[in-house]
Amino acid sequence: MSIATPKYLSQSLAMKYFFVAVVLFGAQLVMGLIAAYQFIDPEFLFNVFNFSTARMVHINALVVWMLYAMIGSAYWMLPEETGIETVGIKLGTLGFYVLTLAVTVVVLVYILVQVGPGTEASIWLINEGREYLEAPRWADIGITVVVLIFVYNVFATVMKGKRTGITTVLMADLIALAGLYLAGMFYTSNITMDQFWWWWVIHLWVEATWEVFVGVLIAYGLIKVMHANRQIVEMWLWIEVTMLFGSGILGMGHHYFWIGTPEYWWEIGALFSALEPVPLVGMLVHVIYDMGKHNGKVNNGPAFNWFIVNAFGNFLGAGVWGFMHTLPQINIYTHGSQFTAGHGHLAFYGAYATILIGMMYVAIQRRNGIEEMRSTSTSKWAVSLITIGVLGMTVALTLSGYVQAFVERAEYGATWDGYFIAQGATWFTQGIDWRLAMGVVTFIGFLLLVKDLLTIAKRSKALANS
Amino acid sequence: MSEDYKEPESVWTSNRFWSRSAGWVTGFSAVLLILLTMDTLDQITIGSAKDLENKVTKRVPSASVINYKVTYEYSDVRGHEVPVIGEKELFFGRSDYSEAEANALLDKGKLTSQAKNCMNCHTLLGNGAYYAPDLTKAWLDPAWQAGGVMQGMTGTTSVDEAMSVFLQNPDKYASHARRMPNLGITPEEAKGLVAFLKQMSSIDTNGFPRNFNKIQGSTQK
Ligand code: HEM
Ligand code: HEM
Ligand SMILES: [Fe+2]
Repeated sequence: MSIATPKYLSQSLAMKYFFVAVVLFGAQLVMGLIAAYQFIDPEFLFNVFNFSTARMVHINALVVWMLYAMIGSAYWMLPEETGIETVGIKLGTLGFYVLTLAVTVVVLVYILVQVGPGTEASIWLINEGREYLEAPRWADIGITVVVLIFVYNVFATVMKGKRTGITTVLMADLIALAGLYLAGMFYTSNITMDQFWWWWVIHLWVEATWEVFVGVLIAYGLIKVMHANRQIVEMWLWIEVTMLFGSGILGMGHHYFWIGTPEYWWEIGALFSALEPVPLVGMLVHVIYDMGKHNGKVNNGPAFNWFIVNAFGNFLGAGVWGFMHTLPQINIYTHGSQFTAGHGHLAFYGAYATILIGMMYVAIQRRNGIEEMRSTSTSKWAVSLITIGVLGMTVALTLSGYVQAFVERAEYGATWDGYFIAQGATWFTQGIDWRLAMGVVTFIGFLLLVKDLLTIAKRSKALANS
Repeated sequence: MSEDYKEPESVWTSNRFWSRSAGWVTGFSAVLLILLTMDTLDQITIGSAKDLENKVTKRVPSASVINYKVTYEYSDVRGHEVPVIGEKELFFGRSDYSEAEANALLDKGKLTSQAKNCMNCHTLLGNGAYYAPDLTKAWLDPAWQAGGVMQGMTGTTSVDEAMSVFLQNPDKYASHARRMPNLGITPEEAKGLVAFLKQMSSIDTNGFPRNFNKIQGSTQK
């Protein structure tokens, strides 16, 4: 059975999306390093390129590169799943260029203009000032239009071609994912209302729709990389959807403990969010089980390694680190501390960065018709350094977060003074120093990853010919 | 790789069973979320000036709360602190802001907080960034009260004035090595921001932050 696929335009488009995703990932890391350094030397670029700007670009680039890689993955899978070229691919390609132009303009405005006067015009043109959803309103509308084109591509293709369990889940998930974005597109002077709907986008993305998307990628990946049995894989996928949505949707209550919303969210949030790790354990078991069944025989070494890191990382970052602060009794002391940042890093990395990088390797292999793509030493160094780096940052931030919980919150009653006393505590600052060091490790890993993505196909082909 | 679908013997390994379960469980959760949302939206809708006059407690009080004194007190019934709205209090020299005026101030403040990207350094209601103190109860923080470090530094005698002066030139009034940058905040925007901060301090956050200011950590007199 040959791995080579016909040259679908849909897959050419996927490669474009992956390319921009990697560029944005790099930008994300550079901004993270600047922000992390400013924690240590607050005068660095002060009043020139402030922490707030660096952080905004850091987390916005994160969200956007992941969306790019997700869209890319969908354009990649689509022809293979349906057996036909993606319907309306020309329009889809146009959408890519429009989106990329818009993203470029948005980032330039973030970096050059940074902030505006307190008027509606600033929110429309410069930035919306809401964490993760900073994109100005004009861009929101542009993004929505391009995403609608993408959703149309997916639907029209699945309707015309072969329909699988994987594509069925993908379609339903994309509708929910795109629709939720609309919940973030309005202005209100009521901060509680603002945060209430803000979490509809953020939580229902990362703990529901994006996780299901990961389920889809794992299913596809196991079939392609290990020749796992489709019927079993798709059964797992449906079980995962059941458990992810069953816990994740109402698990949103864990963000409604302290923002002005009623107390019943304590019980609902605690109960359902405490169940959220269950499907993540399930996904881990599923991957390990399939690996055992196929004696670890895989046709794509680097992709497989990234899938394994995903299975563990999702479980650890989202499942374990999420569970640690999800009960209100604990969350009241950790809410909005470096503990949250620790969880955010390992969860986004473990659940999403990993599997999306894995998909890039799958695409590179199949695009180049490589029957068996082995890890190079660069592949191994890249995955190891990035993983050690992010894990190290997470542990460091978790310790700093504990200092905040004890000193700032418990001891000093969360006052302004208490905040700064904790920020100056030795064990806190050590965590912040280690975070920067581990950030540098992550960045070196990233450079190796780029090198590997650019060269592995050539090396594998040379190896096959010799 | 194509396998024809074989109906398995057991329902537990049947794809049809699981795809239907996924549909039902998701639908059920979504319906419950929507019902709860309707109730919550009702409870978090902003109150009115009338509510304040009639002492009707709202989770999110009207912007007119700027005309009143706000404190944060332990409630035996609730088992944690809650904001308490007391007597009239001057806000930039007045305590007779009409509801429309108060709303305009709040709106200006909220818009400014977004345009200036406050949330990418601070947390509001505990959400945001962790580079600077939480602003949820900043209005009530001892640092800003009489005898606190901020009034002394800004040469003012009230919380509102101290905050306003600080916000317009934060890099000049640094209490710590980590300074707040100059964001070009105008006097009008500053007044709006202070109204926004005061109103936020009056929101019932179910006791977050816990034990707020219980132990007076104001060591830096
Ligand atoms: C891949 C999945 C997940 C991702 C990417 C993720 C990411 C994040 C991020 C970035 C935040 C901080 C949001 C902010 O900036 O305010 C956050 C907060 C939180 N997450 Fe997750 N999360 C995931 C899964 C989970 C799970 C499964 C749980 C619980 C079992 C959980 C529990 C929490 C809680 C309780 C908070 C609030 C923290 C606070 O009060 O400050 N998360 N998450
Ligand atoms: C070079 C490596 C990195 C460095 C130095 C770094 C640094 C930072 C800094 C300084 C912040 C602001 C935290 C605060 O507000 O106090 C931050 C936030 C964040 N970063 Fe990173 N970061 C890095 C890599 C990553 C990666 C790989 C991911 C995910 C894949 C990520 C996801 C996030 C998220 C989700 C937040 C927001 C957290 C929250 O609000 O709780 N970062 N990062
Ligand atoms: Fe959540």
